[in-house]
Amino acid sequence: MSRITMREAISQALWEEMERDPKVFILGEEVGVWGGTYAVTKGFYDHFGAERVRDTPIAEAVIVGSAIGAALTGLRPIAELMTINFAFSAMDHIVNQAAKLHYMFGGQMVLPLVIRVVGGGGRQLGATHSQTPDAIFAHFPGLKVVAPGTPEDAKGLLRAAIRSDDPILFIEHATLYQTRGEVPDGEYEVPIGKSKIQRPGRDVTIVTYSKMLEISTKAADQLSAEGIECEIVDLRTLRPLDMEPVLGSFKKTNRAVIVEEGWRSYGVGAEIAARIYEEAFDYVDSPILRVAQKEVPLPYNQTLEQMALPQIADVVKAVKEVL
Amino acid sequence: MAEIINMPKLGFDMAEGTLIRWVILEGDEVSRGAVLAEIETDKATVEVEAVQEGVMKRHLVSEGTVVPVNAPIAVIGAVDEEINLSELLGETAAGNMETVQKSVETTVSAESGAEKTPLPDAVQSTSDLPGDVRASPIARRMAEDIGLDLKLVKGSGPAGRITKKDIENYQPILPKTAAPAPVSLPETKSGVPAVQPLPYQPSLLAPAPESVTVPLNKLRAIIGKRMVDAKQQVPHFYITHEYDVRALLNLRKEVNALIPDDQKISVNDFVIKAAALGLRQFPNLNASLQGDQIIQHGNINIGVAVAVDGGLLTVVCKDADRKPLRQIAIEVRVMANRARSGKVRPDDIEGSTFSVSNLGMFSVESFIAIINPPEAAILAVGSANQVPVVENGTITTGWRMKATISVDHRVSDGAEAARYLQALESLLEKPLSIVI
Repeated sequence: MSRITMREAISQALWEEMERDPKVFILGEEVGVWGGTYAVTKGFYDHFGAERVRDTPIAEAVIVGSAIGAALTGLRPIAELMTINFAFSAMDHIVNQAAKLHYMFGGQMVLPLVIRVVGGGGRQLGATHSQTPDAIFAHFPGLKVVAPGTPEDAKGLLRAAIRSDDPILFIEHATLYQTRGEVPDGEYEVPIGKSKIQRPGRDVTIVTYSKMLEISTKAADQLSAEGIECEIVDLRTLRPLDMEPVLGSFKKTNRAVIVEEGWRSYGVGAEIAARIYEEAFDYVDSPILRVAQKEVPLPYNQTLEQMALPQIADVVKAVKEVL
Repeated sequence: MAEIINMPKLGFDMAEGTLIRWVILEGDEVSRGAVLAEIETDKATVEVEAVQEGVMKRHLVSEGTVVPVNAPIAVIGAVDEEINLSELLGETAAGNMETVQKSVETTVSAESGAEKTPLPDAVQSTSDLPGDVRASPIARRMAEDIGLDLKLVKGSGPAGRITKKDIENYQPILPKTAAPAPVSLPETKSGVPAVQPLPYQPSLLAPAPESVTVPLNKLRAIIGKRMVDAKQQVPHFYITHEYDVRALLNLRKEVNALIPDDQKISVNDFVIKAAALGLRQFPNLNASLQGDQIIQHGNINIGVAVAVDGGLLTVVCKDADRKPLRQIAIEVRVMANRARSGKVRPDDIEGSTFSVSNLGMFSVESFIAIINPPEAAILAVGSANQVPVVENGTITTGWRMKATISVDHRVSDGAEAARYLQALESLLEKPLSIVI
């Protein structure tokens, strides 16, 4: 085991897979000479060369569109979009092409494509650059959506994504790159489509993922000091969604709080809550609560931005409310 | 929870406003955001919107009244709620609108002894809910599982919701012993008040241990096969006889006083010897059926059932009719010990012609045994008990022991078996005849 940052974990997965498989290549804005907006691909250009670390124009539709083409012809592209917000410019390519080609042509081709995007707020990047629209992408069958919350999961899930023959949207959180965590040595994969209990507990189930895992864990620490033990289920993959650990935990605690960074309406929490009500209704002991972003475009002002984003205190309050 | 609505401050320099018109009349429902009233300030006519739901309980000012900012204009509450206006206003007069609700709650709890204050309105209105109670789904399911009426349970959750914890902690309220019944209950014919029926007390059982699968050991398998054969092929009949064993117990005490501890004679040793002596007079019960012949055995070998780990073995006391009681006692003890420690010898368990099974040490009054083929009968012996008995027309205490014989009806009949048991009487009840 070694203790590394999320950035290093992601970078290692990319590097190791590129070393392993010459078909793997990277394309995106500033990924080459500059080394990546978030410095994830620093040193890649010098080592792997311009052929495999390709700087692109500022045109997301071009990035994803050409990556789809490359994947169809047998390469394994990793397209990097500077933020998930820019994925809207490539929306047709992502949800109409990448997500559907395999189906619409009767499985004649596979699409081994990873689209790495940076999501989340909290860095004062303004309303258009700070969104958490994960649920939008998870809405589309045919597209896998992965959003790790720890360096260990990030490295293992990214490796699994690169090796997968399916198109995968890989969401990295802008404020998690510096987060450190234990990462196993050597080559390992974390299976896509498997939720994980990150913290065992008996009183309340917290369902969360990505950055909110960190917030939820801190809230659980506070609550633990008061004798309230939260069990935290980390979804890790939003589609395909693995409800088994969620339902298993809920049947034990009978209470749940879902913590997501995106807006509450039509969100991940809505989906999880509905599934629990559908599949574990007889185990419900208290209304399931959602902690989510306030329903406003995320403010630029730092104080307002933090007020709009889910905070530790919000999670603590919600847990106490369902108890 | 009743709330006072105050004259809002609708502009920076507004000091008072005129209530032009009540839009929502007393008794009407109020939904959040609904226009309550129109108010005229010195600049414009504006609408006052409700920020809560409920019912317009009372207008505190009439239309056309000029009202200072923050002065109360109306009360909104729940349908059935009793409004104590002076209290509500008393709190309001203190000033801060935000504290009104809290203050009302405080007042409510403080006066709970004096007047039965309604619970928060949400608790009261449960008529639309399934079963007229507010309960979580898991609480409902648990209550159903144990047949508990949710109406008996007090909910501790928000709005009085019954939760899992409330079901787990539920304690039925029991009537105080057999107190006189309330007037409404019917009286019995004798005029004695009917006893209040005990209420059903559901209880939550902890999960039972998992079922365990134990493979049949070899001994169990053999016992099973032999017993099935015996019960299926041998037509059993059973006769029970009771013996006065006071003399036997006394004699045993005397005898045992004379011999070392490890040679002590048990009641069963007396029974073995008596059974053997009796069989000498009833050779047909010391027999085996073979085809169309009955073989009456010359030897009287008594099988003695011994409980061993995982089963039952029958050790055989050979020629018990001709052995002294002490020898029988020693032999049976030694063979039983060998059987229990798994070192039984083939010779120990072969050749029995009649069996005795004794469960007297387990406080068994009487029982019936299955015949051990190819034998024709088995004697099942219960405990020697001190019981009330009739002697010479009076009731006194005596020692009694019951024995039940199971007999193969193909070999013998009831009368013969009954006479055999009668013959044992003269032995067991005059035990010196066993010893000499």
